[in-house]
Amino acid sequence: MTHPVVPIKTYAAVFGALLALTITTVAVSKLELGEFNFVAAMTIAVIKGTLVVMFFMDVRRATSLTKLIVGAGLFWMAILFVFVLSDYASRGWLPGPRWF
Amino acid sequence: MSTYLPFARTEARTNYLNADYGWKSWLFTTDHKRIALLYLFSITAFFFVGGAFAVGMRVNLLTPEGIFAHDTYNKLFTMHGIIMVFFFLVPSIPATLGNFLVPLMIGARDLAFPRINLLSWYLYMIGGAIALTAIVKGGVDTGWTFYAPFSSTYSNTHVILTAIGVFVSGFSSILTGLNFIVTIHTMRAPGMTWGRLPLFVWGHYATSLIQVLGTPVIAITLVLLGLERVLHAGIFDPAVGGDPVLFQHLFWFYSHPAVYIMILPGMAVISEIIPCFSRKALFGYTFVAISSIAIAVLGFLVWGHHLFVAGQSMYASMVFSLLSFLVAIPSAIKVFNWTATMYKGSISYETPMLYAFGFIGLFTIGGLTGLFLATLAIDVHVTDTYFVIAHFHYIMVGGMVMAYLGGIHFWFPKISGRMYPEGWARFAALIVFVGFNLTFFPQFILGYQGMPRRYAHYPPEFQVLNVMSTAGASILAVGYLLPIIYLGWAWRKGPKAPQNPWNAKGLEWEQSPTPPPTYNFETQPVVTEPAYNYSGESEEVGIG
Ligand code: HEM
Ligand SMILES: [Cu+2]
Repeated sequence: MTHPVVPIKTYAAVFGALLALTITTVAVSKLELGEFNFVAAMTIAVIKGTLVVMFFMDVRRATSLTKLIVGAGLFWMAILFVFVLSDYASRGWLPGPRWF
Repeated sequence: MSTYLPFARTEARTNYLNADYGWKSWLFTTDHKRIALLYLFSITAFFFVGGAFAVGMRVNLLTPEGIFAHDTYNKLFTMHGIIMVFFFLVPSIPATLGNFLVPLMIGARDLAFPRINLLSWYLYMIGGAIALTAIVKGGVDTGWTFYAPFSSTYSNTHVILTAIGVFVSGFSSILTGLNFIVTIHTMRAPGMTWGRLPLFVWGHYATSLIQVLGTPVIAITLVLLGLERVLHAGIFDPAVGGDPVLFQHLFWFYSHPAVYIMILPGMAVISEIIPCFSRKALFGYTFVAISSIAIAVLGFLVWGHHLFVAGQSMYASMVFSLLSFLVAIPSAIKVFNWTATMYKGSISYETPMLYAFGFIGLFTIGGLTGLFLATLAIDVHVTDTYFVIAHFHYIMVGGMVMAYLGGIHFWFPKISGRMYPEGWARFAALIVFVGFNLTFFPQFILGYQGMPRRYAHYPPEFQVLNVMSTAGASILAVGYLLPIIYLGWAWRKGPKAPQNPWNAKGLEWEQSPTPPPTYNFETQPVVTEPAYNYSGESEEVGIG
């Protein structure tokens, strides 16, 4: 359409990066990092997701309306995470002292 | 009459129904109106399958000991719920009336992606076929809510197959929503500003937002459920380190908003019917439009009210309870505005209006009992009882199905080019109203007295109310069969409809022939007045 064609090289590079990150994920899971195993896996996953959205789905050069929609999707996911995690975080809290 | 010229012309004209013949012209059509009819016939079939399971349940509940084995009863209510929610209510109005009318109402030739529209119907049918296969192979017994760990670990019925069916049909819902959003943004006729959109379109826009933002979550949740069941991934099953409450969070993150997928289009229909049969502009247009969006957004923040007794933190419960009260505000705004529209209007009592009256009353009861349930202390008492069943049936059946029938009657002339028999239709509407209340009002009392839901047997003191409920269900069934008969008759033999039998406002009535031609309009419509301009004012001037 109106935008220039993306060179195959770019797609190949992104694909290579995705493969490399997948191998990294497996490799990191073999290390004993305690809590940080999870952090590492999630960080890599987010980077991979960003690559796919930006390059393969071409949001990088999309209209602001498309970006807004992508943003709304992420915001909605944030609602899910924040509310669910707030349940987990506060489940152990006992009722405080009564002052009434 | 037969020599009256405009009628003779109507007869000769080609429209979307006679433009082409043969099964291929239907199964490969990309005309939004034909796809709407494909959906109409399919969802009607599913409605009667789902209804058959309900008949089984009501017959079982005639006596305290029932007639079915416990396992069979579990399957009956599960398959009733799954079919009615995912294969009838979610697509009901959007995929039929919405599909047919959104392009007509905004002055477009079709939806933005006609082939995706057809794909959505195929996905719906494939999903439906998979779910029906699961049923034929023996069914599923988890409840429509698929709660883990029962669904993920213990149930020995066809959970995976059913979940795949729901998963696939979810994509049909996403595609419909996507199509509507793009169409409404990009294909409005000249002069059709956002402030002039019929509220039917606003309601469908809000619904589409939920479909696109919410449905992927149920899809993922069902995938996780499958992983858990097959690979024991340890997500929901506490025995392998998972948390069953997480399933409920994920499920209701979609399914509470989904209940608004199942009511916003109903509200959208009512917002068209009431101005037409009151001969007045809708009161508070902007408020009603914005309240649809507010419902869509707030509806995503309240799902925790389904988890009050599930082990959710009580602090989260308090927040969810408060937010649930807030979501009632935009619903109430609509009810007040519809009522204010009728005030001093010249009301007439055609069938669509009768359904609209039914909707307002029954939806209000359903919504208000929702507030009871959102109150923590009351919910602990009535959760998992028939009170909950009555609450949501007042909204989904009393509200949405009434709106659906009202809409089908209102636009029947547009869709078929024929008039339906008004006397029969009014009679059926009355039967539906009486049957509905007799079926579900006793369930409020039963629930309040403590009869739990989802059991095949009950203590003898509940029998009288249960018999009343079953009697009501039989009346209701007659009320639903009648329209099939007389509308089927009217489709072939009814008198030809004039272009605008109700003298209604809106492009679909005023500027498009009845039935519409394949590309909807003979000339490009241009909009010069606000929606519902029944008083005939030429510009958006206030009162004065
Ligand atoms: C005024 C807004 C509403 C409020 C505050 C509300 C509140 C609630 C609450 C608190 C429950 C949980 C009860 C329990 O399980 O103990 C519930 C259940 C339910 N509501 Fe509503 N509701 C509202 C509107 C609706 C609408 C519009 C629909 C459908 C179109 C709906 C459909 C349902 C369904 C299907 C359930 C039961 C789900 C199940 O457990 O199977 N509600 N509602
Ligand atoms: Cu809810």
